[in-house]
Amino acid sequence: MNRKAELLEGDVEINLTVNGEQIVERVPVRRNLVDFLRVNLGLTGSHVGCEHGVCGACTVRLDDQIIRGCLTLAVQADGKRVDTIEGLSDDGTLKDLQIVFHERNALQCGFCTPGILLTAAEMLQQRPDVNREQIREYLSGNYCRCTGYHAIIDAIESVAKTRRQEISNDN
Amino acid sequence: MKAPPFSYIRPEAVESVIECLQQYGDDAVLLAGGQSLMASLNMRLSAPGVLVDINNVDSLSEIALVGNHLRIGAMTRQVEVEQSSLVAEHAPLISMAMPYIAHPAVRNRGTIGGSIAFADPAAELPACVVALQANLIAQGSKGERKIPATEFFKGLYETALTSDEVLTAIELPVAADQQKFAFRELARRHGDYAMVGVCAFTEWSEKSLSEARLVYFNVGDQPVVAVQTAAALKGVLSAENLESALEYLAEDLDPLSDLNADPSMRLHLAKVLTQRIFQEWMP
Repeated sequence: MNRKAELLEGDVEINLTVNGEQIVERVPVRRNLVDFLRVNLGLTGSHVGCEHGVCGACTVRLDDQIIRGCLTLAVQADGKRVDTIEGLSDDGTLKDLQIVFHERNALQCGFCTPGILLTAAEMLQQRPDVNREQIREYLSGNYCRCTGYHAIIDAIESVAKTRRQEISNDN
Repeated sequence: MKAPPFSYIRPEAVESVIECLQQYGDDAVLLAGGQSLMASLNMRLSAPGVLVDINNVDSLSEIALVGNHLRIGAMTRQVEVEQSSLVAEHAPLISMAMPYIAHPAVRNRGTIGGSIAFADPAAELPACVVALQANLIAQGSKGERKIPATEFFKGLYETALTSDEVLTAIELPVAADQQKFAFRELARRHGDYAMVGVCAFTEWSEKSLSEARLVYFNVGDQPVVAVQTAAALKGVLSAENLESALEYLAEDLDPLSDLNADPSMRLHLAKVLTQRIFQEWMP
């Protein structure tokens, strides 16, 4: 436990799981997680917006929790699991949200959409009974500069209702 | 922008954290949740030589009831504090404040200790620990010491921690039946820094207010205790004495100006928030 920590400089090797795949890569210690995903792995679905934690475009999952990809270093993801919009689209986690976002025009340019989908997915997992006001509050950390948010809130509210309906039908 | 180059070290015990701080001195900065530090590095507002990442020090993230104190490890994630039933029961003011801190993705990573040690005058948690008269536990080369929260904040981003000390835990007095707490803030958008916020700690005997501490944030370079207002509120609460007590806020607070609000607006908002709290408690 108390082994001497080593000072890391320049490039270091990290070992992590990204979208279920084991990855070993060398990264500069100063590289943040979202740049690592985009530059080293070519996973460009996570976007780089403000780079100081305000806009939410870089949202990814680290060990099952959404985080800001610009405020965590790639080296801090060493030994951890990262899931991005690519992985969570492929495995169907976001499917119902994605269909309804499309149907309701809840995106225009799409820059913020990956971050919003990941945020919405975590919210619906933790608070299935969420109401409109709470959706707005939960999404306050994700900027959309096109839609004015209404369609986004509508879409998420509709998925929440459908999921609740499905649960009550199952019972 | 991108962070400037730095070296990085990841100790796994508090003792090695302190060794790092001693070895690298002023060139070292502790990396806790990183939700303020990484932003300031990306904006090139600071350029430390060494980041000492304390995320792998396991001993710093426990929430436990110890005697009549609730002890929260400094590296406890804000989301864990927010969801903790121990915190809700024994330190309700902290639970009330948590949802106002930034956004869920930030609270998943941000830590309670990081927010306190960073000492941002606009942050919620520093004001909360002052209102609760918490003790902040620091460990350094000379051992462990308890710093009263009321003596911890020294100015803009400045604390009583010495250069080789690390904040290890927050010790909160357990809430009692005769106490009431309130947390309010006003921000233009949920999760933004508040234009003004207030934490209230009160003690009641029957319907009379026997003790009150009101701590405001984002009105100065550190949490500001409104001593005269709190004193004027003591006694049986009524619309008249609330109104006259609120007049003292102009003497207790000397708010700064920024692009969100000028001093007179901040003072006005502080009054409004305080009024809302005590109106709710009116017999």
